[in-house]
Amino acid sequence: MESLLTLVIFFPAVAGIFGFMIEAKAIKAYGIAVTTIEFLLSLLLWIMFDSTNPGYQFVEHIPLIKEFGINYYLGIDGISLFLIILSTFMTMVSVIGLTVKEDLKNMIITILFLEMTMVGVFASLDVILFYIFWELSLVPMLYIIGAWGAKLRIYAAVKFFLYTFAGSLLMLVGILYMAHLHHEITGTWSFAIPDWQAMPIDFTTQLWLFAAFFFGFAIKVPMVPFHTWLPYAHGQAPTVGSVILAAVLLKMGTYGFVRFSLPMFPDASVYFIVPVAILAIIMVVYTAMIAFAQEDMKQVIAYSSISHMGIIVLGTFAMNAEGITGSLFLMLSHGIVSGALFMLVGVIYDRTHTKMMDQFGGLASVMPKYATIFGIMLMASVGLPLTIGFVGEFLSLVGFFQISPMMTALAGTGIILGAVYMLRLYKKSFFGPVTNPENKKLKDLTAQELTALVPLVILVVWLGVYPKPVLDPIDSSVKHMIVNMEKKAVTKEAKELFVQANSIKEAK
Amino acid sequence: MLDPISIDYAALNMASLIPMIIIILGGLSILVIDLIKDDLSKSFYVMISELFILLALGAAFGYTGSERGFFDALLIDGIAKLGEGIILIASALFIPLALTSKRFHEFSYPEFFALFLFMIAGFNFMVTSDNLILIFVGLETSSLALYTLIAMHNRQKSFEAAIKYFTMGALAAGFFVFAILIFYALTGSVELHKIKEVLIAKEFQPIVAIMAGVVFMIAALGFKLSMVPFQTWVPDVYEGASAALAGYMSIVPKIAGFVVAMRMFEIFVHADIVWVQQILWIVAVVTMTATNIMALVQESVKRMLAYSSISHAGFAMSAILIGTTQANSALFLYWILFTFTNLGAFTMLWVSRHKKKGVWHSRYDHPYEKFSGMVKFMPVNAVIMGMFMLSLAGVPPFSLFWGKLYLMSSAINSGFIILALFMALNSAISVYYYLKLIVYMFLREPKQVDETIYMKNASMPLKTIIGFAAFMTLMAAVLVSPLLDMITHYVKASGF
Repeated sequence: MESLLTLVIFFPAVAGIFGFMIEAKAIKAYGIAVTTIEFLLSLLLWIMFDSTNPGYQFVEHIPLIKEFGINYYLGIDGISLFLIILSTFMTMVSVIGLTVKEDLKNMIITILFLEMTMVGVFASLDVILFYIFWELSLVPMLYIIGAWGAKLRIYAAVKFFLYTFAGSLLMLVGILYMAHLHHEITGTWSFAIPDWQAMPIDFTTQLWLFAAFFFGFAIKVPMVPFHTWLPYAHGQAPTVGSVILAAVLLKMGTYGFVRFSLPMFPDASVYFIVPVAILAIIMVVYTAMIAFAQEDMKQVIAYSSISHMGIIVLGTFAMNAEGITGSLFLMLSHGIVSGALFMLVGVIYDRTHTKMMDQFGGLASVMPKYATIFGIMLMASVGLPLTIGFVGEFLSLVGFFQISPMMTALAGTGIILGAVYMLRLYKKSFFGPVTNPENKKLKDLTAQELTALVPLVILVVWLGVYPKPVLDPIDSSVKHMIVNMEKKAVTKEAKELFVQANSIKEAK
Repeated sequence: MLDPISIDYAALNMASLIPMIIIILGGLSILVIDLIKDDLSKSFYVMISELFILLALGAAFGYTGSERGFFDALLIDGIAKLGEGIILIASALFIPLALTSKRFHEFSYPEFFALFLFMIAGFNFMVTSDNLILIFVGLETSSLALYTLIAMHNRQKSFEAAIKYFTMGALAAGFFVFAILIFYALTGSVELHKIKEVLIAKEFQPIVAIMAGVVFMIAALGFKLSMVPFQTWVPDVYEGASAALAGYMSIVPKIAGFVVAMRMFEIFVHADIVWVQQILWIVAVVTMTATNIMALVQESVKRMLAYSSISHAGFAMSAILIGTTQANSALFLYWILFTFTNLGAFTMLWVSRHKKKGVWHSRYDHPYEKFSGMVKFMPVNAVIMGMFMLSLAGVPPFSLFWGKLYLMSSAINSGFIILALFMALNSAISVYYYLKLIVYMFLREPKQVDETIYMKNASMPLKTIIGFAAFMTLMAAVLVSPLLDMITHYVKASGF
């Protein structure tokens, strides 16, 4: 099918428009049906995906503004395929687990529009199209946080919007400069990502452009010191908002690094490895420490989420197949695990209307199923071998070990700290006697919650034990990208680093 | 002894005057009709004016004759046509806003419509001439008509606004005359193309005199285009005028001013006169930044939109500073897209206009609180208004994003990176106050659940116009391509 990507992008939006005509009491079922169909459509992408071809597939190309080289240009490779599936999957799961009561109709329609923008970001091969979806994703999220959030919701929503919007405007300047360069070099206007990736850029210009794009992506990730919007957003957002924010929206930033920064500015990326790595390590260790100090379960997970994003950034800047593939896999696993953890916190919040750890204790005896699933997700988050979290973290760190063993060791302490704060959370809330008598009457997971959570558990174990079907397509696209980066690099330092970074030999 | 003037009629090229003649005849005929029969409904005058405007539009775009006409005072080149097009289309969209369901004082006078048409004729003269005297006459015709139109709203605030605008406008007119005088003294001509020749021949010397002329010109046009520091009248005048007229003022007089500024300053920009560029750079950047910051603290949506429109004018001014074909095309693209969005935003205020004073706020008709929780009881209106705000903020894919994109691109292509960064920064600042309205509409609890109060002034024509503006704002991605084609063609044809 030639137009499959268009269908996957716009199906939820069209369904969202139709959603206005659905009666309020049927909207939940409608939402589940639409997101499930959308998920199946994205699975169809995977089935029809040719994993031996590392280039872009399902390409669609229609001119939009010819004079200015803006096209409706779509296509995916192994890098974006799984991020699309992650988006549709997590949207489906979070709609199934949705417990919002008021204005449910507006909520479902908003989520469907958000789904369009998420898939659109990962499927666009035209930078302006990418930018449109990237910016548009802010609007539904603003509404979700601001309308259904907790007390400080409006502050949190506006802060979220302003931070990311400001960052992406700097990126827009970078985008326009890239277009200008392309026009100077080739004489034609083009905003196509493949064209830009193939375009030679001199070193100094690369540095500036890298910086412009870096702001846009770093705020989204969010990297220290631009991370302050995220704890607020998570703290105030409703469960579904946190799930989608952590699972998908943050990945847009790291995806940007992989899709733009590395292949377009290889020399600048090499030049900036150390500063970026230092930021990433600060991110890992510092936010892990903050997470340890939190009393609110949701804040613990929010900060742990930033901490893990640090490892993703580190893996991306390892400049070798292991690191980048690992970081992409970690994006998926982090999406699944942190999404699941936020949902689990949502479950307990729906019952008790508090997220404070000192209100709980001994939950394991009252809610055994809940405690089991929470435990599995917690282990995955810590990166226990044979869970999904281990694969990505291990590969990312192995990759970066080629660059700097010292820094990798520092980042590794973040994992230890991660175990500390997560186990502390588990101990305080789940073990010991039931301290709060009201908690004795808590109901265990309902069928609806189990339907949402069990698929996540299955994925965590399945991909933890056997990640190959996902890793292979990612790996082939990443290798293809690295070869091109190596070819494109102009400085001697960069060329040497590519050789050094890619010296891991495959086991025969 | 003077030679007797003998010019044959064909050389006058009267065809070039036809659009203006149609409009003026329209205005006169409205006055005559009023003399004969004085109890006609306003809908008659609205539709008659609309017809004359459309006729003029047809005549303007259908004109294929030579560029020069009427003692060489008229210059119908590409940008003149674009200017006329924007002026006439915007006017055609604004005049039906008089068809409100509430009765307003000004629309009961046929003179309102006559003055409106004379004003349009004035604007048209401004854009179709490179003779400074004729531009001045056009400027004054339109301004005097506009002052009166504002005052006809018949409120305390409107009189204040009209007087304020009049005083400021008179000062600006003085500056304009001074600028003409200096350039005439320097070059012996009031025609811009001759001024250009002479100035180039003299290599822009003596610099002091030229500087004085340019400064007076910037001050005069600065008043019209509301450039900082000549912007002080804008918020008060917009507040006093009716929302419909305020919306009109934010678009049409400015495009006329921009065309004049383009003709005037391109002489210097193309000759790479650095100090003129520096002055323009400062004016543009300060205009977009300072007013953005002032807009942050406004309590009234209308005043916020007033400041925001000044900021947008600063954006457009930077196109004149850049001066390439792409930049000048970007200016027109920006302004056309801005027209639809701003038209929509002001019309949204206009439909919710209440006749009683102080329903929401002791001073303002449209404070932010008025829109609290609008999505709860009027979701469609809230979504449309939200879309206009996002468009003004430059969020893709809504209309103004494309204008900003093309304008910033033209800045970058000509090496004005810092200017482009300022534009980006200002978009980031401006999103805060546009977002404020969205936050009120979508995220706050409603204060007033009686929805009729919001649609007091609505009528079919008004709703149609909002629908049209919303459609254009939403579908901009598709419209930009043909628009850009046409604009670039016209701008190139006139050598800018």
